[in-house]
Amino acid sequence: MPFVAPHIAWHGIAPELALVGGALVALLIDAVKPAVDRRFLAGLSLATIGLAAWFTFDLRDTRAVIMQGTLAVDGVALFGRLILLITAAMTILISYHYLSRRRIHRGEYYPLLLLATSGMTLLAASNDLLLSFLAIETLSLALYVMVGFARRDEKSQEGALKYFLLGAFSSAFLLYGIALTYGATGSTQLSVISKQAAVASVDERLMFVAVAMIAVGFAFKVAAVPFHMWSPDAYQGAPTSVTGFMAAGTKAAAFIGFFRVFLVAFGALQWDWRPVLWIVAVATMAVGSLLAIAQTDVKRMLAYSSIAHAGYVLIGLVAANRDGVSAALFYLLIYAVMVLGAFAAVIVSAPGGSERLSLAEWGGIGRRYPVFGGAMTLFLLALAGLPPTSGFTGKFLLFAAAIKAHENALVVAATITSVVAAFFYVRLIVLIWLQDPPPDDGHPGIGPTPALITSLGIAAAATIVFGVWPQSLIDLARNAISHGFVG
Amino acid sequence: MIGYAVSPANFLVLGALLFSIGVVGVLTRKNALVMFMSIELMLNAVNLTFVTFSKMRQNLDGQVLAFFVIVVAAAEAVVGLAIIVSIYRQKRSASVDEASSLKW
Repeated sequence: MPFVAPHIAWHGIAPELALVGGALVALLIDAVKPAVDRRFLAGLSLATIGLAAWFTFDLRDTRAVIMQGTLAVDGVALFGRLILLITAAMTILISYHYLSRRRIHRGEYYPLLLLATSGMTLLAASNDLLLSFLAIETLSLALYVMVGFARRDEKSQEGALKYFLLGAFSSAFLLYGIALTYGATGSTQLSVISKQAAVASVDERLMFVAVAMIAVGFAFKVAAVPFHMWSPDAYQGAPTSVTGFMAAGTKAAAFIGFFRVFLVAFGALQWDWRPVLWIVAVATMAVGSLLAIAQTDVKRMLAYSSIAHAGYVLIGLVAANRDGVSAALFYLLIYAVMVLGAFAAVIVSAPGGSERLSLAEWGGIGRRYPVFGGAMTLFLLALAGLPPTSGFTGKFLLFAAAIKAHENALVVAATITSVVAAFFYVRLIVLIWLQDPPPDDGHPGIGPTPALITSLGIAAAATIVFGVWPQSLIDLARNAISHGFVG
Repeated sequence: MIGYAVSPANFLVLGALLFSIGVVGVLTRKNALVMFMSIELMLNAVNLTFVTFSKMRQNLDGQVLAFFVIVVAAAEAVVGLAIIVSIYRQKRSASVDEASSLKW
């Protein structure tokens, strides 16, 4: 039998090729010239992301399934790449000075960041369970190292250990679910699974166990209750720039993968998984919001808040309609921007290597530095979902999608938890503005740099613009799903 | 030649058993290395399941998948052991009970 070389549609994976290529070049430069100026590596990474964005823009009118059916080029995949490339670029802006201040500015940070981003974009575009697994591993392996990047910091190491053990544990569950799906349907391709799952001869018990295991795997990655235990520890221990990257990027990529797998491959089984995810969504919103109240560390508080936000995005999946998908895409983008803004503010909060982590240290900071306090207040209002910020628009769209799917009880639960969540955001706002700054000038001031100011400015502008004039972004998210998923 | 045929279903049961042993190992052991070994056991149980389904369905995909899993397991071992060694250097212990500075 002659060997037939498979047709490879290179243009479809051009963004990922650019990211991996840029990562390898940066790694090589760092290995050959360890003393290379970090500014050069950061610039190279930004240029790589720009190139990947250009290739993504080039694919805007392409709708196809490529690579023997493993990779989807559709609106959702492109929107996912948009979110993830913005996240990566903003992460580089907030990383540069932060890593120098903490004296952990080693060159391999940038290749790891680019490789993690390539895994994330592949996960958003994956049309095959095997590729989803490989993409999750690509992003996770890079992130395990990035979480433990501060080698002398006990907390960073501990966060990395916990993230690694639980992440690998959850990957094994995901993989067993993939194996059972393969056993029940004979394929790992989402479109084939969806056809086979609707056939009467499929072993339903096997499919149920498989769907449950895959749901566990994805729930771990998006930090949904009861699989959220790793996330506060990993978020608190990781260097703050990495925390922002995880909160924005991992969440967006894992959710897009979650949506695609469950709506495409397991769409025929939705009456079985929707009630379960309904409970998971409510539990995630409630536990995230309630536990955030008890936190005294600002990074840990934002970690619990990110758990609660995972619950809101799950509403879009439970709604299981096109409005739900477009609302979730919109939400993931605006959440990525505002959470990166919030972590950028945490980085700016002190000039040295130690940020203001304890909530008490934020007392009266808005009186001394009104612009900085105003920016943090804006991000907190957006996280709480109050108008006129983008967080309000995002929640509104998600709730509207759920009501369209007749999930009224879910919307009521989400509204109640939003009120609970507003408490701890507003408490921090009150601390920032209404408390007197401590009289002894013990606080070290704040440490803005041009890159940090730029990222804060972009995040703040996006938070307001998409809160007041959200229509263009809503249309973009709607167009992304207007023809459904390909495949 | 083996004198008697073993039903493929037996391998599925064995895979499920190995996977469960791995899960119990991760949940009950305190040493990070042993927990990691249990995770590797889970991955190998998955490989056995993949290959068995591949045999049952007369479809090679499952065996190819097993190769990917082996590669991923190797990469995971590299990163995981590095993290465990790094934490051992700080605490002189690989027990997960010692890693308790982050709580609640």
